[in-house]
Amino acid sequence: MWAAAKHPAFAGRSLFVVQPLDERGGDAGASFVAVDHAQAGVGDKVIVLTEGNGVRQILKAGDVVPIRSMIVGIVDHVVTE
Amino acid sequence: MYLGIVKGTVVASRKAAGLEGQKLLLVQPVDEHGAAVGDVQAAVDTVQAGPGDLVYLVGSREAALACDPWFVPVDAAIVGIVDGVDAPHAGKAPP
Repeated sequence: MWAAAKHPAFAGRSLFVVQPLDERGGDAGASFVAVDHAQAGVGDKVIVLTEGNGVRQILKAGDVVPIRSMIVGIVDHVVTE
Repeated sequence: MYLGIVKGTVVASRKAAGLEGQKLLLVQPVDEHGAAVGDVQAAVDTVQAGPGDLVYLVGSREAALACDPWFVPVDAAIVGIVDGVDAPHAGKAPP
């Protein structure tokens, strides 16, 4: 996803549309937009933080960062019982 | 954060303190294909969006943080105008 006009807090940050999945890879809920913090690519299975305070802790950019969802990891595989 | 399409403008001359001068737009949340998801909502605009624009928004506390001043009663803010969405894997599990 790309966007030229952005709030300054999003300057230089990649954005992805993310589809939540269950443990078997099936869709689980509505898609949303997340800032990338893990050099993810389209089609990657990722871990997404959807809590603003955690995002602010990671970015260390102060207390007034209006970012709520962030890709924080890329999943290699999932093991289920 | 989520995608939306701007559907109109909200004019409100009396607003809570801190919201003076903030532009309010009506937004229909959508998925990556442009299909409506949920109900139309009013959102503060921080990027000079206009009717018909595909935008992305931030909700909850972070919506207020997108505003200046930031301690304001806002629960949705437009924080970017989307130029394009590439979603080849949308609707099915990634490979």
